Amino acid sequence: MTDLLAIQGLRVRFRTVGFVRALIDRIADPYIDAVLDVSLKVRRGETLGLVGESGSGKTTLARAVLGLVPVHSGSINVAGRELVGLKESEYRAVRRELGMMFQDPVASLSPRKNVRNLLAEPFHIHGIRGVDTEAEARRLLSIVGLHQGFLTAYAHQLSGGQARRVGVARTLALKPKMILADEPTAGLDVSVQGEILNLMNELQRQFGLSYLIVTHNLPVIRHVSDRLAIMYLGRLVEQGSTRSIFAKPAHPYTQALLAAVPQPDPDKRRDQLELKGEIPSLRRRPPGCEFHTRCVHAQARCRIEPPGPIPLGDGREVRCHFPLV
Amino acid sequence: MGFIIVVLLVISALGADFLATHDPFRMAPRQRMLDPSAEHWLGTDQLGRDVYSRVIYGGRIALWVSLTAVSLSLIGGLILGMLAGYGPRWLDNLLVLVFDAVRSFPTIMFALAMVTLLGPSIPTIITVIVVASIPVYGRIVRIQTLSMKETEFVLAERALGAGPVRILFSHILPNVIGPLLILASMEIPVVITIEAGLSFLGLGVRPPTPTWGSILQDGYQYIRDTPWLVIAGGLPLILTTLGFTFLGEALRDAFDPKLNRH
Repeated sequence: MTDLLAIQGLRVRFRTVGFVRALIDRIADPYIDAVLDVSLKVRRGETLGLVGESGSGKTTLARAVLGLVPVHSGSINVAGRELVGLKESEYRAVRRELGMMFQDPVASLSPRKNVRNLLAEPFHIHGIRGVDTEAEARRLLSIVGLHQGFLTAYAHQLSGGQARRVGVARTLALKPKMILADEPTAGLDVSVQGEILNLMNELQRQFGLSYLIVTHNLPVIRHVSDRLAIMYLGRLVEQGSTRSIFAKPAHPYTQALLAAVPQPDPDKRRDQLELKGEIPSLRRRPPGCEFHTRCVHAQARCRIEPPGPIPLGDGREVRCHFPLV
Repeated sequence: MGFIIVVLLVISALGADFLATHDPFRMAPRQRMLDPSAEHWLGTDQLGRDVYSRVIYGGRIALWVSLTAVSLSLIGGLILGMLAGYGPRWLDNLLVLVFDAVRSFPTIMFALAMVTLLGPSIPTIITVIVVASIPVYGRIVRIQTLSMKETEFVLAERALGAGPVRILFSHILPNVIGPLLILASMEIPVVITIEAGLSFLGLGVRPPTPTWGSILQDGYQYIRDTPWLVIAGGLPLILTTLGFTFLGEALRDAFDPKLNRH
């Protein structure tokens, strides 16, 4: 078994209005589906990039894997162990094996703890005795390339990049098999982004980590991921190897996303492929293919019939009646 | 300024045995209603007791009642507030309902009812004050906990596997305790006035125990004969209230740098 993470038909719903409100306003379905029918796999040592617009459900998907948001249906399997339906207390062991990096590097560190305490905490949480937490803290800091002097620093005294490194050190403390990184480069200078990505790369080689990287930064994900999954309105519209998707996107949405990436060369003209309109509301999903409201290639069939995932020859899967390859 | 007054008050309460010039209980019928003199610094009351000594011992009671009551309600409010903010939805709804129900009674009415039921005594007063002020702290803690529950650092702790007890006590508590301590120091004068008020009404500490409220009550009855009793009971009350309020404001400024823009 080479799949470390296998998600099948995952659905995460949130209640939008209270029970009484729903009765009064006659709302038959007070839920929205933030993640709908998502299936994906991450192999050992692999990096999967999860890409989509704001509000497409990427973050929710990552949080669902760690049991931070309740799953409605589907299955999440980590190293052969089913996670959906686990009790909160049973989830603790799972969280040893999965690390998570949150979007805001500074805000994801407890503000009244210094780095020494923050780094010792994973060991206390899991009741690991016989560990010299001071030595461990120093070791972890050196792994992520921070000076020992940071041991006494508090979150608000750290820069974004330093806080990010502390966050990485914290997740590494428990020797996880996989790290879910939610926008690991958001809010960082380009040079710091590069440093963090190199660090993540280095750690992957050193510890054989798998990554699931949630981002909307396409140039970054192109360089670090082996495979990509594109999300739209909580569904995966396309997944496959990064190389093949960048070379020839099969879904019109992927194509539009890639076309929106700024090019460093001003003379290089590209076909302007703009997305029409706004992302539809999750409360009112369009019928048929959910992308048809913004798709330049939409035809009559797209408005009625929802496309299933269609396998393409090169191991890709796409949810489109008329794939572009 | 506030700090100095509070320190003086604490010293006078702790050192009451040394600072008092007379036994606050000893009556001397022949020396009733004397004006202040070298012998009796604040004069004597209608039973000939030394008012200065009674004020000193009254301060001890006031401080003891208020500190006990405030710290008990602080702890109670902290625990219930965190439970409401972090616990399941039904518990939150239940606790908020209880808080609102308790707050809807005027404190004095509530105190009257309790004293009637349990009889006037210091523990009764403390119980009344604690029950009435837990919701004040509880609500603040609840709101703070609720807003912190969804922050990234709490999620990050959960993602590392931290349980609710660790999250509440080692991550949320340090962030709510600051504003709470400020509130507590501002609540102390309120509690002292409640205690004095109840004693004034004859529902608080039983005579002959000296309290500021009962000194005021005596002064009120004999105000035609001498103003000294009212002054002796009222002045320390005013000073203490001011002192703790100043202290609370100083604490607030120290804790919240955003307010420091003079």
